Amino acid sequence: MKKRLLLSLLTVWVALTFTFILVRQMPGDFLHTLALQLQNTHGLAYAQAREMAKLQICYDPDEPILKQYFHYLSNLAQGELGRSTTYRIPVLDILLSALPWTVFITFLAAGFSFVVGTTLGFWTAWRRGSWLDPALTFYATLTQAIPDFLLGVMLLLVLGVQLQWLPLRGAYSPETEPGLNLPFLASLLQHAVLPVLAFSIPAVGSWALSAKATATSVLGEDYLLVARAKGLKSWRILRDYLGRNAIIPLISNLATSLGALLGGSMLIETLFGFPGLGYFLAQSIGTRDYPLMQGLFLLSTLAIVAGNLAAEILSHQLDPRSRR
Amino acid sequence: MKRAGLVILCTFLLIALIGPELIPLDGTSHYEERFAPISWRHWLGTDYAGRDVWAQLVHGSRDILLIAFSTGVFAVILALLVGVGSALIGGVVDALLVGAVDVFLTVPSFPLMAILSALFRVGDPITFGFLLALWSWPGLARSLRAQVLTMQHREFIEVARLMRMGSWHILWREIFPNLVPYLSLNFILIARNAITASVGIMMLGLVPLRVENWGMMLNLAAFQSGALFLPQGRLYLLAPLSAIILFQYSLILVAGAVEEYFDPRLQRN
Repeated sequence: MKKRLLLSLLTVWVALTFTFILVRQMPGDFLHTLALQLQNTHGLAYAQAREMAKLQICYDPDEPILKQYFHYLSNLAQGELGRSTTYRIPVLDILLSALPWTVFITFLAAGFSFVVGTTLGFWTAWRRGSWLDPALTFYATLTQAIPDFLLGVMLLLVLGVQLQWLPLRGAYSPETEPGLNLPFLASLLQHAVLPVLAFSIPAVGSWALSAKATATSVLGEDYLLVARAKGLKSWRILRDYLGRNAIIPLISNLATSLGALLGGSMLIETLFGFPGLGYFLAQSIGTRDYPLMQGLFLLSTLAIVAGNLAAEILSHQLDPRSRR
Repeated sequence: MKRAGLVILCTFLLIALIGPELIPLDGTSHYEERFAPISWRHWLGTDYAGRDVWAQLVHGSRDILLIAFSTGVFAVILALLVGVGSALIGGVVDALLVGAVDVFLTVPSFPLMAILSALFRVGDPITFGFLLALWSWPGLARSLRAQVLTMQHREFIEVARLMRMGSWHILWREIFPNLVPYLSLNFILIARNAITASVGIMMLGLVPLRVENWGMMLNLAAFQSGALFLPQGRLYLLAPLSAIILFQYSLILVAGAVEEYFDPRLQRN
């Protein structure tokens, strides 16, 4: 556990340092351009505008490098991430507005695929030798061959453009008023269907395969034989005896995958114009918006690290055998 | 089924190797022929500028294969150096390398690949492959290290040591051949992931490669030219998409076949 924590800290530090180098990689005339813009909009002298530009993007090439590094770290510790150069607002504001969207879509997608996938996997293990087994393997191989964003394109084409069942872009319809009202919530769910499907169709297959594997190993246990000998109904054995034991290793996998998803998917979110973290990350790379890119990258690293830690703790807590 | 994978893969290789010599690519716009349907002149129709889609697909296949192949090669070399090196050297070096592998496994790799390829303005497939490989090796390195560590205590290595064979001899003649099955399987898997990642990065428009590259075709079809929304533009969107999926599927089948070939337990006869 201690080792895990140390590793997490190390990873965050590497990500911090990487983003520092990234910002230093910024072309020098970038600051100059921003300063010129500020000079024009605020009517300042060039030197003054340049100082202001430095403050905005939290980057000062005139300082010695080591001082810059500590400056950068202390700024981060205070939650000061600089200003986005394209949106002209603090990076933190963008992160805070995009995060709920990514959390929403991620939890919906991960929850849906986890529930459907594990149920399918347990059922297949329970009915081993039936047609479900080869069907599941075929489904999993086929969906693995399709990268999720290409699946997204196909879903968009068929369900959005061709059949016009679902909206093409965005998180909700602009005609609705955001808040706790029925039209807004309905439009929210409608807009979420395509991205959630794009995430879930391949994920269901891989959850089902690993659920099948863990359930198969539980099937050989003696307590399952006892449960059957007692004459318990098969749905009860499946839920309380097989499911409960087979799900433990899967729950910590769920935590890991949630962490990975929380960084936001650049491709899916861009494809569906969904204003989450991944959408802004793709935008910021395209427009060379270094402060925003840096903030988003740090946030997704933190999400992964947190997911891994949560997985570790969960597997510790849930399985009495791994406790001392 | 396994044979089908090999057949598809070989067809792709053939198309990439000799296709561009046989089928000329006309890069100029023919506005009057935009989004033309399938015809004898245009096997897969034309794109938004009236360029032949089939010719683009054929010429773009070379880039995709080069990216996949070079990522695989660079990543396997890196993984071998780190994994085998750390197992053999041991001590502080081993601890440091294991730590590095863990960090590399944790940081979000797709965003990193995208950031680096965009900022370094990657212009050719081999460099692109190298950048992708930088984030593709750690998983393989970790399992190679574990394999070498267990192999060191197996009888045939002990015997080789007792026979006073040089450590290079043991490494190349005794250990390495045992890693080959695992390496070739992982080469395919890494190459496959490289295709997904590179196509994704190109589709976001972050790497300016040539128009006929499959990822660029997807970017232009889905985001730029509006082909996604035009019934007559479907072919332009679906051609590279199907090509990528077919290619991926063939690699999965070939990986399965390789696994079976090297593992006697999986063979049926």
